[in-house]
Amino acid sequence: MSSQVLKSVHPFGEEAVDIVIDDGLIVAIVAPGSGVGDVIFECADLIALPGFVDLHTHLREPGREDAETILTGSQAAALGGFTCVHAMANTSPVADTAGVVEQVWRRGIETGLVNIRPVGAVTVGLAGKQLAELGAMAQSAALVRVFSDDGKCVHDPLLMRRALEYVKAFDGVVAQHAQDPRLTEDAQMNEGVLSGQLGLAGWPAVAEESIIARDVLLAKHVGSRLHVCHLSTAGSVDVIRWAKARGINVTAEVAPHHLLLTEDLVASYDPMYKVNPPLRRLDDVTALRQAVADGTVDIIATDHAPHPHEDKDCEWAAAAMGMLGLETAFSIALLTLVEPGLLTWRELADRMSIAPAKIGRVSDQGRDLAVGEPANITVVNPRARTVVDPTRMASKSRNTPYAGMELPGQVMHVFYSGRCTVRDGELA
Amino acid sequence: MDSDRVVLDEADIARAIRRIAHEIVEKAKGPEDLLLLGIPTRGVFLAQRIADAITTIEGVQVPCGALDITLYRDDLRLRTVRALESTLIPTSGIDGLTIVLVDDVLFSGRTIRAALDALNDLGRPAAVRLAVLVDRGHRELPIRPDYVGKNLPTSLAENVRVLLAEVDGADSIEIIGGGT
Amino acid sequence: MQHLLSAADLSTEEAVLILDTAAQLAEVTDRSVKKLPTLRGRTVVNLFFEDSTRTRISFEVAAKRLSADVINFAAKGSSLSKGESLKDTALTLEAMGADAVVIRHGASGAPHRLAASSWTGCSVINAGDGTHEHPTQALLDAYTIRRHLAGGTGDLSGLSVAIVGDILHSRVARSNVLLLKTLGASVTVVAPPTLLPYGVDSWPCSVSYDIDSVLPQVDAVMMLRVQAERMQAAFFPSALEYSRLYGLDSDRFTLLPDHAIVLHPGPMNRGMEISADVADETRSVIVEQVANGVSVRMAVLYLLLGGMAEVE
Repeated sequence: MSSQVLKSVHPFGEEAVDIVIDDGLIVAIVAPGSGVGDVIFECADLIALPGFVDLHTHLREPGREDAETILTGSQAAALGGFTCVHAMANTSPVADTAGVVEQVWRRGIETGLVNIRPVGAVTVGLAGKQLAELGAMAQSAALVRVFSDDGKCVHDPLLMRRALEYVKAFDGVVAQHAQDPRLTEDAQMNEGVLSGQLGLAGWPAVAEESIIARDVLLAKHVGSRLHVCHLSTAGSVDVIRWAKARGINVTAEVAPHHLLLTEDLVASYDPMYKVNPPLRRLDDVTALRQAVADGTVDIIATDHAPHPHEDKDCEWAAAAMGMLGLETAFSIALLTLVEPGLLTWRELADRMSIAPAKIGRVSDQGRDLAVGEPANITVVNPRARTVVDPTRMASKSRNTPYAGMELPGQVMHVFYSGRCTVRDGELA
Repeated sequence: MDSDRVVLDEADIARAIRRIAHEIVEKAKGPEDLLLLGIPTRGVFLAQRIADAITTIEGVQVPCGALDITLYRDDLRLRTVRALESTLIPTSGIDGLTIVLVDDVLFSGRTIRAALDALNDLGRPAAVRLAVLVDRGHRELPIRPDYVGKNLPTSLAENVRVLLAEVDGADSIEIIGGGT
Repeated sequence: MQHLLSAADLSTEEAVLILDTAAQLAEVTDRSVKKLPTLRGRTVVNLFFEDSTRTRISFEVAAKRLSADVINFAAKGSSLSKGESLKDTALTLEAMGADAVVIRHGASGAPHRLAASSWTGCSVINAGDGTHEHPTQALLDAYTIRRHLAGGTGDLSGLSVAIVGDILHSRVARSNVLLLKTLGASVTVVAPPTLLPYGVDSWPCSVSYDIDSVLPQVDAVMMLRVQAERMQAAFFPSALEYSRLYGLDSDRFTLLPDHAIVLHPGPMNRGMEISADVADETRSVIVEQVANGVSVRMAVLYLLLGGMAEVE
């Protein structure tokens, strides 16, 4: 394998250096201009970060290859600066056995663009009735550590308690989709004044917050590790902050769209804005940004949810919930957190790479940019501005809510275990 | 340069209305079974003035109403939608009456065509006559007036504007535009 | 106006114009030839994804009185799981050269989707969408109130109207609150708290849980249909209790001022939200509402289709 040099790149936005990559590792970090290698990447004014790690990706394969495949999802991830994604379990068949998670894991290795870490279902068929074979999935070749019924809430309190306890045996974590099913029957959007006006069944904040409150208390009681998916309300932030102050072992994520978009967009009845959990109010957006800044919310996770055109090109109630996220996550984080001064580049690297790798127990991802570390590196141009064009996305689906918006930042080069997957913003 | 010319003043208009009133009574051999129907907006006021003139001449009240022809127009789709005006017809209907349609200006004849269609849906009058204050020519349909206040030969580039005190504050008839 | 999607879209002037036009067109109903040639050559499609015989017939009669060609397209059985049928149907109708689509749909916002999409260039008239709006019903209610209480002209300034019942699930209530406010009336919605939408306190109306304190103050009271099935979802304990607390029976009827009228959008649940004797009272204008519905819908069709297409 030939060596590669990132010329005059700024790690974490700091002093420029040359980074030399060889044999999958960072082999040298030297003064700018002094790096030597076979392939040169001119990186003046660009910033190097550890490759992003997504704890929450829907790759749809197996079962919904019309929406996304492991290949197209991996391409989208690479273009978004990711070197590792966690593939959610709500596929068809559900990833609730060692066989399914190993299949996904193998397809990831064959594709070779990002490290694909399958998430195992907590309950059989996501049905919330019976624990899936969590141990078998943990011991499989896929080494599953994150378990989630995402899309559905593990609503039964006893089942949730058991799951939290059981995964302790292999240092796993339950990632809860916090949504009380009874309080959100037929729910279509955030419950508020607007839902009443639009005649859309409301999705109250309390349906999310009450489950989080219950789960942190359960986690405390059984001494387990809990991860909460896609926080969307200011109240959820309060509950997490309360729990962390008491030493409860909980981590939380926020999706990029909840850092930017608000429920007002629903007034168009355009299903592109239909997502679970729903877009909330500006107060929630502000609280979530602040929570990422102060560390109450540990990570940004995309909740990348591809849907084929026909599932969005219809009336609101019939439309599928979810938005694309992988290819725009960095830009949204830059726009909502870095540019307003809420996060430094090092902190952004923590929220998008280091912390999610730790939660997912991915040992070779989310590492420092240092000699001897695996070369999982994303190089970004923070000054570029691009208009989002859904037709140019690598994802098989087009359901981005940012179409036509001009967003800051561009992912320029990506290295996954030393392999250049993206060069000059295009798949290498 | 455009020129606006007043061609009839208040006194001319009053004379024309009196003459029309006389002719209507004469032709109808008396004011019985007459109904004057004005076409909104100015035709309605003209019909009322003619009715008043007949009262002065004959000493009887001639019934007077309004016929909005908007819903029967053939050019609806050529313009933005128009608000409707009132149609006022005696509760006993129009069957057997001699109806005099009254309008301010007779031009293409299409308004009168629409009025005839409207009358057709309302009943079966004994006869329908047409009274206009101005006939400016340029007919596009085989329609001719029975009573004319003033024949005003015009070019197609010109416009005839009838002003009545009830709506416009004063009476006059002007020809607008078309000048050299 | 290109579409009629929501009562909120109507200015006072537009709303009064529709009511005035309806009043002119109502005269056609009284004569022997009930047909006008106005919309000859225009095609109006009644696209009903939900059963509603009375609304469909009302639009059908209105369109036919204006000489429009009417296509009834009952998309029954088109459940939400087959949501794309809205798009496919719209494309089909567009290909057939429809000029206006009157749409009834179970999903809130479906008419907005149709109007905003590239699926069709037709005028879209909302004939009831989910639990959102039903603007022509509000227009016919306002027309009826105006005829009885405001001399049949102008707006509804100074009048007080109560809307009683399942406000939460009612598209009629939403459209009426908006339109009556636009026309200058003051509105009070009356319901048990479970049947009021979240955030109702920010609506342009007053809110009460007590019908008996409201009735003496109003000029018109509109009783909404309450489905007994709602009690399955714990909105109220029993049909009997609902009827006892919120139903308009003959005792409550006496609380109304002598001039006050009773409206109901139909179909009624006699014995539930309204007792049979009150429904048949002379001051109940429920049957008249149906006739007024035709005039109002003729007015809407004329004003949307009677001129050249607006260039947006």
